[in-house]
Amino acid sequence: MAHAYTPGLRVTPDAVIRKRRVLPLPGEVTVREGDLVTAPTEVARAELPGKVYPVNVANKLSIAPGELSAYLLKREGESVAKDETIAENHPFMKWFQTQVRAPTSGRIESISHITGQLFLREPPELIRLSAYIDGTVIEVTPGQGAVVESHCAFIQGIFGVGGETHGEIALAVRNPEEILTAEHLNIEHQGRIVVGGALAARETFARARALGVRALVVGGVHDHDLKSLLGYDLGVAITGTERIGFTLIITEGFGTIPMAKRTFDLLAAHAGQQASCSGATQIRAGVIRPEVLIPHGNVSQPQQPYATSKTEEGGIQVGDVIRIIREPYFGVLARVKDLPSELQKIATESHVRVLMATLPDGHDITLPRANVEMIEG
Amino acid sequence: MTSHPLRIILATDCGSTTTKAILVQQLGDEYRQTHRGEAPTTVEAPFEDVTRGVLNAIQEVEELSGRTILDGERIITPARGDTGVDIYISTSSAGGGLQIMVAGVVKSMSTESAQRCALGAGAIVMDALAANDGRPSYEKIERIRHLRPDMLLLAGGTDGGTIPHVVEIAEYIAAADPRPRLGIGYQLPVIYAGNIDARPQVQRILGERTALSITDNIRPVLEQENLMPARHKIHDLFLEHVMAQAPGYKKLISWAGAPIIPTPAAVGMIIETVARREGINVIGVDIGGATTDVFSVFQSIFNRTVSANLGMSYSVSNVVAEAGLDNIRRWLPFAFDEQTLRNQIKNKMIRPTTIPQTLNDLQVEQAIAREALRLALEQHKQLAVGLKGVQQERSVSDAFEQTASGQSLVDMFALDLIIGSGGILSHAPRRAQSMTMMVDAYAPLGITRLAVDSIFMMPHLGVLSTVHEQAATEVFAKDCLVPLGTCVAPNGTGKPGTPCFSYRLALPDKRLLEGTLAVGDLQLFPLATGQEASLEVTPTKGFDFGAGNGKKFTGKVHGGVVGLLLDARGRPIITAREEAARVRQLQAWAKAVDLYPEEREGNVESRSQKTE
Repeated sequence: MAHAYTPGLRVTPDAVIRKRRVLPLPGEVTVREGDLVTAPTEVARAELPGKVYPVNVANKLSIAPGELSAYLLKREGESVAKDETIAENHPFMKWFQTQVRAPTSGRIESISHITGQLFLREPPELIRLSAYIDGTVIEVTPGQGAVVESHCAFIQGIFGVGGETHGEIALAVRNPEEILTAEHLNIEHQGRIVVGGALAARETFARARALGVRALVVGGVHDHDLKSLLGYDLGVAITGTERIGFTLIITEGFGTIPMAKRTFDLLAAHAGQQASCSGATQIRAGVIRPEVLIPHGNVSQPQQPYATSKTEEGGIQVGDVIRIIREPYFGVLARVKDLPSELQKIATESHVRVLMATLPDGHDITLPRANVEMIEG
Repeated sequence: MTSHPLRIILATDCGSTTTKAILVQQLGDEYRQTHRGEAPTTVEAPFEDVTRGVLNAIQEVEELSGRTILDGERIITPARGDTGVDIYISTSSAGGGLQIMVAGVVKSMSTESAQRCALGAGAIVMDALAANDGRPSYEKIERIRHLRPDMLLLAGGTDGGTIPHVVEIAEYIAAADPRPRLGIGYQLPVIYAGNIDARPQVQRILGERTALSITDNIRPVLEQENLMPARHKIHDLFLEHVMAQAPGYKKLISWAGAPIIPTPAAVGMIIETVARREGINVIGVDIGGATTDVFSVFQSIFNRTVSANLGMSYSVSNVVAEAGLDNIRRWLPFAFDEQTLRNQIKNKMIRPTTIPQTLNDLQVEQAIAREALRLALEQHKQLAVGLKGVQQERSVSDAFEQTASGQSLVDMFALDLIIGSGGILSHAPRRAQSMTMMVDAYAPLGITRLAVDSIFMMPHLGVLSTVHEQAATEVFAKDCLVPLGTCVAPNGTGKPGTPCFSYRLALPDKRLLEGTLAVGDLQLFPLATGQEASLEVTPTKGFDFGAGNGKKFTGKVHGGVVGLLLDARGRPIITAREEAARVRQLQAWAKAVDLYPEEREGNVESRSQKTE
């Protein structure tokens, strides 16, 4: 049977997710294989070397770099406090003395007798890496990190901003078509992952931030509202480090687009449960999509991990349900009727690979294969 | 390298999303590209092995050609009968390509030379540091520390010149203790190509902390650039360090019969070869999903720039952010609500592999492409300059011309040929669309030929030129390059509707066409590929074809699949501010060149009958 290689977003009530938690630089892993962890559990830590401050001592003292040693009060490797004198000249009258003080507290890392510079490094900063999800540590890479496995419901969004967070899922609207307004949000949503419907606008964002909502999960947003939320026009979809007060995940796309019923129902079914989510998105090679993970609590059940999904095995097939992801049918669900192999001419006059699909109202349409995505379960 | 004759050649380009394979065969006494296959690139999970995508693309070539190329997961070489190929070669930009940071002493001299060197080697320059770039020193250190490039190129000082300044930059690099993007535990490759007298100091400072390589100074004297030794070193390190860390590349390198080179470096090679063989000035552009690469050869000097985040899929939204929505809208031949347009563009960004299904959607993408091309050329012009800081000898007559060193080499009047490549140009439904996108974006002056890469195979031909230049240039001329025609346009502006220029066109069939074009007119004449005509144009006052203001200009014009385009819209091309007027204006231009199908409504097809 014919098939097509098609991207898809995974929305499933039951999956085994493995999260590789790796430090950005070598450090210490604080868990062992088999440990049960919760989202905030520290799994590894590392010391990020402090910032380096070059101080051009030779310039400040008006001496040649080669003469530096005679004027330094500190040596390589020594610690200094902020504003402590690290070098000084010896004028005939003390009134004319010039002192060079440390711009920050730290340790003298190196001294250059060619350029007359001294490099002062701030104390290291401790990085603590959390487990992010409730689960079991199934693998440890010494000095680097660990893999945490969790048996959970798993929902991939299409785009998000903001980093990792966790909290209880709360439903704020009655159906996936309803727009999440500021009025829907109240004090009960503080510290929670709030699920909306077709859209959240800038007033909703302001209210969510004021209330201390951890995350918003909605069908769509308008681009100009995202711009006002971020304070700039996002050029490339590489996100996850924004500091906007909460994490935002959209499941469908830009515009007013009802959340897919399957996604909404799955989130609704887990209202009141603890979940982890991340807005991190990277659409270039090595795709990262935002996600909501709702652990089932039973972390030891052996299951197939997420890596082998249907799209990776063979792609779309006749009878599959697809979501159309480009105008003129953007957001509509349809069922694949045929996958003709010949190229066909479309309205733009391009010759492309197409599929035939049946819309919910019974009409058949022809679509470029590139403009549909699988709904994976 | 193989010792047997190369008659059947298999080439792949491992792109960031797609791996493309082509088969080149000797048919009679000429080389032709015969079959093509493609498959998703597989450097990422779950495969994490670039060779999976390569094998899939080769399998498609096998199916289409009927030739057995693979024996399991091995490429059969050399060819025998219907089996195998004589050589397999490849380029790669998978995994984000080659990302380099450059550093030098003086921003407009050694740093700029280092930048040209890295760009010419096919790299993306993540940042260019200079001792005098105005940033505080701690900020430079933080920048080196955070960027995590694949390698770092350090230049600075002429031979025998300054030592402390270049050593200072080396100290910043050492203080930052940079780590490479790929391969935990590996040292960052650093190439030192500065003042030879500073080598011992640089060796002492960076030798233990980095994988330091030392090569010839890229600016040994102020008046001269020597970029090739450092470029070769970049390519060597690309293979040894960067690609060796990327998933599956060790295997791919072992398959290839020639060194794998970065994709943009390969495209540059073929553009340079064309310019050299024809003795012409060329601009080449490759507009991709994430970046737009511009190549130019003027006065035999090759330059390449990469405009990261000016592309048509992953970075489409950034084009709009940089150009501004009004600049996109000025190319749209229909009215559009701003919110809908903004959302539509963002939806393309988050689902970058989708394709326009309606004509309006196509027109939006082609409008964005015009701006991406325009912005990338602007950036190219700023870097493709003569050497700065060079003392010029001036005569008395020169004193009246205010020319300075470091002027852009890109001279649109002197430009002979524009070559376009990349999906939006190569796969435009009508070739006239490719031609007008480039004409609108680049606003060429005088007589300029245009061509497009038929199926995006310039990277393959670039690497092929390293093993078989004849095959590469033959395939380039016969299968890759599609001549679009010639654009003839004067510089200057005038009131729309007033006379711009008159013309006399002597066609190959001896017919003589004469007429006058008003300011704002666009007229297309059929002139087929291979045909040549003589053109005489006389501009009105205020317009210049290159001979001077209002002066008659004659020249040969070449045909193509689109034809001869006489462009009296003026330079710069100005579209009406008022929406209805702009729509009328753009529709008139589109009609003049038969740009779009008549039927503008509708979708992929009309809805069929309700199913039973």
